[in-house]
Amino acid sequence: MNWIGLKTLFMMEVGRTLAIPMQTILSPVISTMLYFVVFGSAIGGSVTLAGGVTYAQFIVPGLIMMALIINSLSASSSGIFFPKFMGTIYEILTAPLSYLEITIGYVFSAAVRAMAIGGIIYITALFFTPVPVAHPFIALGFSFLTAVTFALFGFLIGIWAENFEKLNIFPSLILTPLSFLGGVFYSLQMLPPFWQTVSLANPIVYMISGLRWSFFGVSDITPWTSFALICVFLSICSAILVWIFKTGYHLKP
Amino acid sequence: MICGSVTITTGTVTVGGYDVVKDYKKARSLVGLVPQEIALNPFITVIRAVEIARGLYGKPKDEVLTEKTLKMLSLWEKKDNRVQQLSGGMKRRVLIAKALMNEPKVLFLDEPTAGVDVDLRRDLWDSVRVLKENGTTIVLTTHYLEEAESMADRVGIINKGELTLVEEKSALMKRLGGKKLILHLVDTPKEIPQALKDFQVTFDREKNTLEYEYNPEGESEITALFNEVKDAGIVFHDMETQEQSLEDIFVELVKK
Repeated sequence: MNWIGLKTLFMMEVGRTLAIPMQTILSPVISTMLYFVVFGSAIGGSVTLAGGVTYAQFIVPGLIMMALIINSLSASSSGIFFPKFMGTIYEILTAPLSYLEITIGYVFSAAVRAMAIGGIIYITALFFTPVPVAHPFIALGFSFLTAVTFALFGFLIGIWAENFEKLNIFPSLILTPLSFLGGVFYSLQMLPPFWQTVSLANPIVYMISGLRWSFFGVSDITPWTSFALICVFLSICSAILVWIFKTGYHLKP
Repeated sequence: MICGSVTITTGTVTVGGYDVVKDYKKARSLVGLVPQEIALNPFITVIRAVEIARGLYGKPKDEVLTEKTLKMLSLWEKKDNRVQQLSGGMKRRVLIAKALMNEPKVLFLDEPTAGVDVDLRRDLWDSVRVLKENGTTIVLTTHYLEEAESMADRVGIINKGELTLVEEKSALMKRLGGKKLILHLVDTPKEIPQALKDFQVTFDREKNTLEYEYNPEGESEITALFNEVKDAGIVFHDMETQEQSLEDIFVELVKK
């Protein structure tokens, strides 16, 4: 294992995040907190849900999960896309690094960035309302697993994308709508039966539900289902990545 | 391909005895690559760029080596500048510095002086000579044959994607590099004397010259030629010799 090489790649990506903190950390935190202020404090201030959970508390796990998913994906996709775009990818491909080390470097740095953003969102939410966490270690583990999975998905997108338009298709046209319709701001039980069934086809529902369970001990979907689904998605992404590295698809001529 | 930036389809390559596919980590740790295109992260400093290059090769930070390398390439004064603040020539030096931070045994320089001004080109040549003297094997691809002639020990010629020749430069120059003797005549004779026809000399009536091509390694007939010139009553007021360059040899080989 090339530990120094892996650390260098990881720190290179962390350095990229820290070089522009306004864009990489502050901006997603502020935009997420605006949702919290508008929906949680202003509109939902008077709504109380089952189990004594206030609406403001209810949306916190959803907002954290939405931030985790979007930021882990965008961090890793841009992380691998820009070296391809600038031609500096040669530096990574010609270094004595295995494909596993390259993947870990990009994916874990993106996951850590997303976790940092999620953590800041949680701490900021505490200024508005107390948000107890019923299962803190499960919350951390599930968040990290989701961040890693979507970072891996973003890594695939970054390799696949040949231009900026393709790079932004998934985050803006697919992921953001799925996140909003994935139960960030509502419980599936609030929907008519038909839309409840339709919502089950949205993978983000399972991620948000899983984190919400770790916060409140109750959720729309059992945590095991959420855990199983994220593992399946992680496996699919890993299999595609193995194929990419074997063929050199969009990485090597 | 050797460095890992291209997928290998068939065949094998070893570097220092290590297969570039099976033992790719060991093989790559012996190699440094300077790509043809200036591909650098513009937002980081010069010193950070070279430190990252060394780190990716799995080697710990070495401030002495960093300083020595940057000084050798006249980059030390610019070490805290962002890459985007550098000129094109300086950026090319950064590429070389990055490749050297691995302390490679084999250094690939892919057209390092393409589009580079004369001063910088000479500086780069000097740097390459220093590396060569320090024991680094340098594989230089170039379209400037003057560059290859000036620096190379061995020359390979690729024509239409095929390696048509690999040979010691001095042996190649001796084998294929002819010389030309030019006599500047007082007056060109109206007809070529029969005795000189056997030497396959040519007369240029406009320049008033007699030209004779010969191989310096072959049997010299110059003395005999001079005797025949004297016997034919041809008078010359000056003479010179011209040696074929690597470029001339290259053009002839590619034409074949």
